Amino acid sequence: MKALDDRSAGSFSAGPRAWLMAEAAGSRRQARLGRWYAAWLVFRRNPLAVTGLAIVCGLIVVALVAPWLAGHSPIEQNLQARLLPPGGGHWLGTDALGRDIFARLVHGARITLLIVALVAAIAAPVGLIMGCSAGYFGGWVDAVLMRITDVFLAFPRLILALAFVAALGPGIENAILAIAITAWPPYARIARAETITIRTSGFIQAARLQGASASRILVGHVVPLTSSSVIVRVTLDMAGVILTAAGLGFLGLGAQPPVAEWGAMIAAGRQFMLDQWWVAAAPGLAILVVSLGFNLLGDGLRDVLDPKHG
Amino acid sequence: MAYFPPSGAAPRPGFLPGLPGWLNTALGLLASVALTFLGLLLVTFLIGRVVPIDPVLAAVGDRAPAEVYEQMRIALGLHLPLHEQFLAYVGKVLEGDFGRSVLTANPVLEDIRRVFPATLELATLSILLGVLIGVPMGVVAAVRHGRWPDHVIRVLGLVGYSVPVFWLGLMGLLLFYANLGWVAGPGRLDIYYEGLVEPVTGLILVDSLVAGEPEVFWNALGHLVLPASVLGYFSLAYISRMTRSLMLEQLSQEYIVTARAKGLSEARVVWRHALGNAMVPLVTVIALSYGSLLEGSVLTEIVFAWPGLGYYITNSLLNADMNAVLGGTIVVGAVFIGLNLLSDLLYRVLDPRAR
Repeated sequence: MKALDDRSAGSFSAGPRAWLMAEAAGSRRQARLGRWYAAWLVFRRNPLAVTGLAIVCGLIVVALVAPWLAGHSPIEQNLQARLLPPGGGHWLGTDALGRDIFARLVHGARITLLIVALVAAIAAPVGLIMGCSAGYFGGWVDAVLMRITDVFLAFPRLILALAFVAALGPGIENAILAIAITAWPPYARIARAETITIRTSGFIQAARLQGASASRILVGHVVPLTSSSVIVRVTLDMAGVILTAAGLGFLGLGAQPPVAEWGAMIAAGRQFMLDQWWVAAAPGLAILVVSLGFNLLGDGLRDVLDPKHG
Repeated sequence: MAYFPPSGAAPRPGFLPGLPGWLNTALGLLASVALTFLGLLLVTFLIGRVVPIDPVLAAVGDRAPAEVYEQMRIALGLHLPLHEQFLAYVGKVLEGDFGRSVLTANPVLEDIRRVFPATLELATLSILLGVLIGVPMGVVAAVRHGRWPDHVIRVLGLVGYSVPVFWLGLMGLLLFYANLGWVAGPGRLDIYYEGLVEPVTGLILVDSLVAGEPEVFWNALGHLVLPASVLGYFSLAYISRMTRSLMLEQLSQEYIVTARAKGLSEARVVWRHALGNAMVPLVTVIALSYGSLLEGSVLTEIVFAWPGLGYYITNSLLNADMNAVLGGTIVVGAVFIGLNLLSDLLYRVLDPRAR
């Protein structure tokens, strides 16, 4: 009897791999971890996706250890050492105020990560709630919520963000808010579409018969099932969020000086383009690499989690 | 930035039961467009209300006595309840009255009419580049699915999504203008060609040809090439990717097997049969990507000192000229809604199943 159990549920002593790949899981946790492991095996086969994951992890690590990695202060000025070319004590040279560009890039990773994380943390739940409620309740709730979504979807994103920042005033918090306001509508659309396909399923009706309230069904059953599509879309959108934030920074409407923000760094390097091109080139490359990382990762995640759109 | 199939092509609910099908659809579309536009106005109206600039102070100056201030407040309609103010606002916008720009002292609509052709010229040339290069690229990627041309095109496309347009523009100026001298610099024309051609359409390429000034035409083209390529790269990334996935879908259909079995040449099967069918949804993709170019042009116009709508909006924004910013936002939003509607209609016309 013991041996049979080992074969079907897979015991951990036989090695974590066998435990994860067991045909029939012994516990809920094992099933969940096993599913993740299977997804990881598919994900791992795609070199582009793994590159993307490495870039995003790299961004997180750099942001965490920025003060130790930088070597210089990102805001301390040294007018004797302005616009130095790369090399010597400054890997990537210095900017117009003699600040080390590498140190500013590394600290800029924190700002970028902050923007990405906050926009995702605001926009994804809003989109999920709007979309799932619209899909679950249907009728006039659906009509009203989707009409609101359509209005925001009909806006060009950057222009709407510009108008919001104009109203709220420049600054990183307002830039994040403005981007989040323009980012949620696609999530609502996706969540609604997914909800409509599952709202008549047996398990939802069973939950309803047991007397579960609408909010309990939404939070406990509908939202978890729709979130994987939304997560994929959020990851894919992060590149766009980074670009919009950099664009706002470039226009002087994002993070305010002396904070090191990549878009603002490009704007600052613009007037020295002809002779000191590296001042503007380096932050642009950083933006390119990071948003490429999110795009590659999102692409890979979509292949794994959402095969029907592959 | 998003590369998902346009949602504009989804069938919309009818307007009233009992009407003939086409009329029902048309009314439904019209109602949805009108509601969306009203929502757009509501958002710009609310933005205009929360701005920390007092419109009365802006008009009378901060030394005006209290009774002058109060008179101006009433003259501007600011004493009315919010919903009445909104109705008045909608009425004004529908008459084409966006107020006056503080910066240029012209009515905002007049300013927009003046700057819009520059943006239109840039966006049109960019979308042409995007379609003429992006569609063949997508087709090749689909035909060579999983092999190196597919990978190269995929990476090229992803880089196009990931690169900051304004940075690419700056680097392009550095390389092709400052170092190599292959293209002309920022602006629409060299200074000594300025004013030679009477603006009729506002599109310099068209105007110069009409006026018979080939020199102006070539100069304008030299200025247009780089910004249009930068923007075109962005739309190329989107269009080639969408073409690839639409083509892959078509190439796996049975009618393709039939066409091949009939002995048609591979070129005919791919470019005529498969692309012909992929073209239906692709048209909507192209229409929507044309709209996103209007937006992408904001930062490009700043970098290239291109006197278009994006440059106008940003410049007004930096000078706290809210009438101009909101007027510009409404116009861009209206063009967006219009292109959405157009892609919807095109889809219905081209695809008999959607009628």
